[in-house]
Amino acid sequence: MLHTVNKSPYERNTFDTCLAHVKKGSAILLIEDGVYAAMKGTAPAKKLEQMMKTIPVYVLQPDVEARGMQSRVLDGVKMVDYGGFVDLAAEYPTFQSWL
Amino acid sequence: MKFGILVNEGPYTHQASDTAYQFAKAALEKGHKIHRVFFYHDGVNNSTRLTEPPQDDRNIVQRWQKLAADHKLDLVVCVAAALRRGIKEENLAEGFRISGLGQLVESGIQADRLVTFGD
Amino acid sequence: MTESTGGIDMDEETSGVVKKFLYVNRKAPYGTIYALESLEVVLIAAAFDQDVSLAFLDDGVYQIVKGQHTKGIDVKNFSPTFRALEGYDIEKLYVEKESMEARGLTEADLLVEVKVISTAEMTELMAGQDVVMSF
Repeated sequence: MLHTVNKSPYERNTFDTCLAHVKKGSAILLIEDGVYAAMKGTAPAKKLEQMMKTIPVYVLQPDVEARGMQSRVLDGVKMVDYGGFVDLAAEYPTFQSWL
Repeated sequence: MKFGILVNEGPYTHQASDTAYQFAKAALEKGHKIHRVFFYHDGVNNSTRLTEPPQDDRNIVQRWQKLAADHKLDLVVCVAAALRRGIKEENLAEGFRISGLGQLVESGIQADRLVTFGD
Repeated sequence: MTESTGGIDMDEETSGVVKKFLYVNRKAPYGTIYALESLEVVLIAAAFDQDVSLAFLDDGVYQIVKGQHTKGIDVKNFSPTFRALEGYDIEKLYVEKESMEARGLTEADLLVEVKVISTAEMTELMAGQDVVMSF
């Protein structure tokens, strides 16, 4: 399953609720305002660090750059462009958007 | 891959329609097919003929129209959601068609992946 | 084309294919339209003979509490429709235990028969689906 989160973890609980429902073998992609969850030195980033021990975490690069966050992305979180987003959607059999 | 795309939000207020468009464009560039783009909830507002955004920013409605025309995409606007929000044939932008929720379910069945963009 | 199938002729391409559809409800009713309009999809989906489940978690659990009286806000009360789902052969309604308990709710507060499952079980349920619809 590919899980996407599109809202800031400080605004909504979708980031937390997504993390609570991710099974091994899935991946997480942060898009739109969801990219704020992947910023170094934050509480959400700590949760991602834990998650990344077993689940790959991706962040949509155009959304990171639009928000001026490119120097802050947590190590280990992989940046993808829209093409990479499509590849992930194709790779994982199901897509779940946490809105 | 054949992708079904669901757009739950209208143009400009949320990024959903932008992200959906960029996803669709990237998918087509990679040689994938788009089964259908289905507009639901406020997403139906992506089909208004009356949009007049400022010249120095993207024209979301036109962008969907062009992508649809270039790639023969099926842009479907949910009739019930459209009627609620005042989108009818008379103000529907060219390239979109109004139809029922069955079209969304059908996309879920026939596409390899159903990808949702919303709030 | 019939109204009951929401504008679809049931053709060869669709009939025969059965996928597991999960409708994820995480938002409270009335504050936004997502609860109502997602239910409208479920009703149309009933005509397609798919393997349908509904999941209620986070604020979605509020959609199915008893005692919704909407006269004061002058908005249609759509909660009775959940009781009609059984008549459409949609019987797999799952409510997340942790979401319910966090909100001080119990099964007795709900207006429809559901299966209460844990977050871990909900995770498994979600992982086993073919199509997940979020609103």
